[in-house]
Amino acid sequence: MADLTPEEIKHHVKTYVIVFVALAFLTVVTVAISYLDLGVGASVVLALGVASVKGALVASYFMHLIDEKITIYWTLLITAAMFLILMLLPLGNMLAQTKI
Amino acid sequence: MSTDHHKESIWTKYIFSTDHKIIGLQYGITSLVWLLVGFILMMIMRYQLAYPGNPVPIVGNLLGEGGIIAPEMYNSLGAMHGTIMIFLGVVPLAFGAFGNYFLPLQIGTIDMAFPKLNAASYWMYFVGSIVMIVGFFVPGGAANSGWTSYPPLSVTATMGQTVWLLGMVFLITSSLLGSINILVTVIQLRAKGMTWMRLPIFVWTQFITAFLLLLAFPPLEAASVLQLMDRLVGTSFFMPSGLVVSGVVQNYTGGGSPLLWQHLFWFLAHPEVYVLILPAFGIITEVIANNTRKPIWGYKAMVYAMVFLGFMSFIVWAHHMYITGMGTSIGAFFQTTTMIISIPSVVILTTLFLSLWGGSIRFNTPMLFALGFIPMFGIGGLTGLPLGLAAADIHLHDTYYVIGHFHYVVAPGTIFALFAGIYYWFPKITGKRTNETLGKLHFFFSFIFMNGVFMPMFVQGLAGVSRRLWDGGEIYAHAADVLYLNEVMSISAWLLGLAQIFFIVNMIISLRGKKTGETNPWGATTIDWTDTTSPPLGHGNFETVPTVYRGPYEYSVPGADKDFTPQSEKG
Amino acid sequence: MDIPYTVKDRPDTGLYNGKLGIWLFLASEVMLFGGLFSAYVFLRTGAESWPTGADILNVPLATLNTLFLITSSVTMVMSWASLKLKEFDKFKLYAGLTLLLAASFLVVKYFEYTAKFHHGLFPSTNSFLGIYFTLTGLHVLHIIGGMIVIFFFWMPGAKMWESDPDRFTNRIEIVGLYWHFVDLVWIFLFPVLYLL
Repeated sequence: MADLTPEEIKHHVKTYVIVFVALAFLTVVTVAISYLDLGVGASVVLALGVASVKGALVASYFMHLIDEKITIYWTLLITAAMFLILMLLPLGNMLAQTKI
Repeated sequence: MSTDHHKESIWTKYIFSTDHKIIGLQYGITSLVWLLVGFILMMIMRYQLAYPGNPVPIVGNLLGEGGIIAPEMYNSLGAMHGTIMIFLGVVPLAFGAFGNYFLPLQIGTIDMAFPKLNAASYWMYFVGSIVMIVGFFVPGGAANSGWTSYPPLSVTATMGQTVWLLGMVFLITSSLLGSINILVTVIQLRAKGMTWMRLPIFVWTQFITAFLLLLAFPPLEAASVLQLMDRLVGTSFFMPSGLVVSGVVQNYTGGGSPLLWQHLFWFLAHPEVYVLILPAFGIITEVIANNTRKPIWGYKAMVYAMVFLGFMSFIVWAHHMYITGMGTSIGAFFQTTTMIISIPSVVILTTLFLSLWGGSIRFNTPMLFALGFIPMFGIGGLTGLPLGLAAADIHLHDTYYVIGHFHYVVAPGTIFALFAGIYYWFPKITGKRTNETLGKLHFFFSFIFMNGVFMPMFVQGLAGVSRRLWDGGEIYAHAADVLYLNEVMSISAWLLGLAQIFFIVNMIISLRGKKTGETNPWGATTIDWTDTTSPPLGHGNFETVPTVYRGPYEYSVPGADKDFTPQSEKG
Repeated sequence: MDIPYTVKDRPDTGLYNGKLGIWLFLASEVMLFGGLFSAYVFLRTGAESWPTGADILNVPLATLNTLFLITSSVTMVMSWASLKLKEFDKFKLYAGLTLLLAASFLVVKYFEYTAKFHHGLFPSTNSFLGIYFTLTGLHVLHIIGGMIVIFFFWMPGAKMWESDPDRFTNRIEIVGLYWHFVDLVWIFLFPVLYLL
């Protein structure tokens, strides 16, 4: 990042604008979907799916993850694994709970 | 970070210093004081356990009616003993003190990556520790729901619990800032030639510990926020519906889950125990390599084992929750991961043990503590196995067996390693030597009395004596045959306390002794010893920042003229 | 002797210290919000009944807030890009806009919260509201923290541009990364709390 030319920066700026439009659009989409009666499973998958796409756009372009270095990727990979463990194992525990 | 040599006031030079060595010393002194405080709390508790119904001498009047520790007060002493020892004592000493002081020196850099952040971490820790202690002085006394703070008890507890939660927020923040510093420092500031596989094991352990703290602590911070909400705002994250306490229906919205707290708590607290032991492994490795005059056997195995241990530590936590009614499939999952995690621990202990083979062993004080560590940690680890197996744990959970197990790993385990580190690095920090006779006395008596305190706990635990009993199990018939051990343990504990006087006196007289002028009296290979003065230079540590040419434990290299070849020596 | 790699990248990692530091901090923040999300999943799955967000919360207002934050992310990255192009005035403009948008977010949140209280809906009322207030409350604290730092670099701290422009640019990049993360959290909070 320390040695980008002005041309490259201007190119990035164009990208930022495109991403912004995409994010605004996806926001509208996700709100629109919520008005449809799709059942819990589909609603969750779609809502989180759209959010993930939006999040990926923010991370990849605004946070420059797409050009980032491997050390950062490793950090995020490990974090993602821990995050998933934190989400899934307590839930799994609860679902498998012995019912008295 | 420029080095303008303007006059420094006492505030910038010592109190709000950004020099990692001063900050390391601040952490070290503060944590040693808290270790002593935590120990004193336990010595008080052990009086009641030995002689239930008898007034406690000297401090009795502060503790309850007629000098007898009331149950709530006993629980406060117990909860605060655990909290202080872990969060105010061992981790700040192992990670904050040793890590801050020696990691930059061992990797060959002039300071930590973020010196101001480093100072901030220390002061957050200091403030957090004061907040914790304030708990003793609020109405209702300090937190008394165990260091584990399980709801619903903790949510319905007196003000001290709120203070505990606030203290934890400060301590967790301190820890996070410290972890970031260690990680960036190791990744970014290693000297030229200091590749990953040439790092001293001490550095590896600090690095992995930092990762554990970084990722495991935040869920506890989240949980603390939730518990604060339950206590202060009336939410019911952890409060179940229809809770009745002493016949009185509790006024909570309900719908919450006490198990949610347990999950979030143990998500941290299990990795936390590896935070407690990893720095100890690091220190012991340095001391053993140095005092056997040979390289560590299995450096790579040790590194891979520790990294694996770090990862596994995140998926074993529910072995603390076997008896909460979890289903057999999920219990089997955690039991399996728990059994698997014992493997890297065994690998590490075995490499340390095998490293002794064929060595020219020097039995100085640090080495004695290191040698003592090995069997003590072995006992601690082995006694963990029945606890990790769900079926056996049904019988042993929440008994003295558990207390015996974890104390063996932390007390004659980690704390012995920390003493080894203090005796080993004292000459580097001060330029002076400690008294070997006092050191050996400190070791032998500590070793004997550590076992005197903790070995009987396995017997009591197997007999079914529960933990956290204010009278030591006196009223229970099943405890009758093993009750006499309470007095044995208490006397051992007090004698263990007295044995520390050897250490305190040694520190005082050694600090007042003369500088020896030696910069590497132990003949060590790592650059903290070979390329710095004793103590290291105030600004920048090194006259010239060294370049590294070889691994960290090149002792007794065939053909070399000395029995140690420094990492920074060319050729 | 100065600490190396505070501005220039370390060759083998390709990073300067602050960038690695902020990503590690963000990793811990993922786990912090993760703890709260985990609590949400746990409580909702174990609950007998759970309200639909839209029945209790104001979706249009929150959608507006989402747009505020997304826009503020753009202005934040533009403020950094302006510094890379050596256009200090544009930096000031974009940073100022970021602060304005963030303040707007807070204003909307203020109205949302007070409306709830006015209708007798408090964190203690039920689990949904409890986790809603906690999650959004912690997020609000993060917004305020970010605003304080951005304001510092917008005003008093801006003089570093004169003395050490590259270092200043890096600091804005770092603040930007934090800010985008705060936006990211909201991108997930919004559908989870308001739409499901």
